[in-house]
Amino acid sequence: MGTDFWKRFKKNKIALAGSCVVILLFVVSIFAPVIAPYDPDEINLKLVLAPPSASHLCGTDQLGRDVFSRMVWGSRISLKVGFVATGIAILIGAILGAVAGYYGRWTDAVIMRFVDIMLCFPTFFLILAVIALLEPSIWNIMIIIGLTGWMGITRLVRADFTSLKERDFVLAAKAIGASDLRIIFIHILPNAMASVLVAATLGVAGAILTESALSFLGIGVQPPTPSWGNILTAGKDNIDIAWWLSLYPGLAILVTVLGYNLLGEGIRDSLDPRLK
Amino acid sequence: MLRYVVKRLISMVPLLLGITIVCFVVMHLAPGSPTDMETQMNPRASADYRERLNAMYDLDKPLYQQYLSWVGKIAVLDLGKSFSPDRRPVARKIIERLPITILINALSMLMIFAIAIPIGVLSAVHKDSLFDKITGVFVFVGFAIPTFWLALLLMILFGIDLGWLPISGIRSLNYDYLPPGMVFLDVVKHLILPVTLSAFGGLAGLSRYMRSNMLEVIRQDYIMTARAKGLSERKVIYKHALRNALLPVITILGLSVPGLIGGSVIFESIFAIPGMGQLFYMSVMARDYPVVMGILLIGAVLTLLGNLIADVSYALADPRIRVS
Repeated sequence: MGTDFWKRFKKNKIALAGSCVVILLFVVSIFAPVIAPYDPDEINLKLVLAPPSASHLCGTDQLGRDVFSRMVWGSRISLKVGFVATGIAILIGAILGAVAGYYGRWTDAVIMRFVDIMLCFPTFFLILAVIALLEPSIWNIMIIIGLTGWMGITRLVRADFTSLKERDFVLAAKAIGASDLRIIFIHILPNAMASVLVAATLGVAGAILTESALSFLGIGVQPPTPSWGNILTAGKDNIDIAWWLSLYPGLAILVTVLGYNLLGEGIRDSLDPRLK
Repeated sequence: MLRYVVKRLISMVPLLLGITIVCFVVMHLAPGSPTDMETQMNPRASADYRERLNAMYDLDKPLYQQYLSWVGKIAVLDLGKSFSPDRRPVARKIIERLPITILINALSMLMIFAIAIPIGVLSAVHKDSLFDKITGVFVFVGFAIPTFWLALLLMILFGIDLGWLPISGIRSLNYDYLPPGMVFLDVVKHLILPVTLSAFGGLAGLSRYMRSNMLEVIRQDYIMTARAKGLSERKVIYKHALRNALLPVITILGLSVPGLIGGSVIFESIFAIPGMGQLFYMSVMARDYPVVMGILLIGAVLTLLGNLIADVSYALADPRIRVS
């Protein structure tokens, strides 16, 4: 990464479109109290399930709360879940992948078999099974999504390490007596970060999708805390009378996930134009 | 060929063992005891009752003994008894619900292949054409769209506004009184939305994969040879190139199994389909541990089987794999 990367990144339309969406999301969640026209938890029983109008842009829900305000506040949840879950996944994936790739032999064999085993489980099943045992809270959700999403990153980092550890700069570091930890984290890992960055950006998108699905099923973020997924649950309960409850939150998820995917794709293209 | 199959089967054994360990650890590392639901939530449960319950589920023994006895039982397909009031064997509860889940997943897999392969091939053959660009956008949106949201929208459109399709269950209320021909039609109508939606998730990925495969193959020397000897472009593309580009797709068949099975939880609860996914969801909500553990295990084993079938079919199709 360096000036070349930025040059290509700035010219890449996909990357720019993705960045715009992601920056917009950050702005919305940071300034949620200013942007939201109403208190997201303010119940107004005189205005239950009101269709979209000038005063309520996306209508109101079954308790008369303003859907647009709830969606604005819900963006904070998506942002938090996306980053914390992906952070956990990267931490585990990078460490395991680095150790497997660097040490090779049986360490590698054990770690990679464990990856194979974890990949046999339908991820959604694994998440649900663990949630069945815990209280569904936003922190638990983030941790579980992270704990079930590190396998791909482990494979990526391992592949990078297996080839990088034979390179001259690593052999040189070994020759001057650098410790294994130093070689792994200071010398090799920064060189493997490129592919991790792409995987992480796509991972944020995946985590947001998973959280919304869990909240939609009622085992994710619990009401009254607004999340895009649990507004959609209300949409399903009132499917025959209130289409706006189903339409807008899903659109927000779609745009967000699309934004992160485009950004990830853009970073990949800018890192190595040959991969395109 | 037989040797290859045997070798693959043997390599599955450690994975299978690993799966059982992960299932077991997941269920036992979590805080709280599985019997909490029946004891703490039940004010009338005495300490004595709790102990008897723990003994009934072997919870009073050390962990490794619990694991060994659990594995011993699942080896003879005994998954224990459900915690729900009916106390029925878990295996039977799951088997009852497995056919509909497998049917929906098989149909959606067929649908994925029938739609994604032509899209991928055409967009590779006509690279950078309008069609290629449109499908490119479709793929991006397809990756990002929450399918449960799409399900809600289609339910509103086809189920409520247009009234063409039913939005819940797998048969109508008057099912038993329908004439035989209509019975089939009734089930088909109920399955259209769930199958389409569960296929939707895989469409984007496979069509993109097929496109890059095809682009790769078209660049090969043997395609140039085929062109050089004067074959028509049709023959070159649809006979020589397509066959080779299709080969790796077999592997995708295996890889898509966990995604499809995992997705069944969402679709079966949205459309109220009495399959394994819905059972899983209900058991998670009721904290019915034996059922949760059983389905988790079966989900992983089905994935393993999917991979085996894919690998064996690949070996059948491509002799190079068998030898190495």
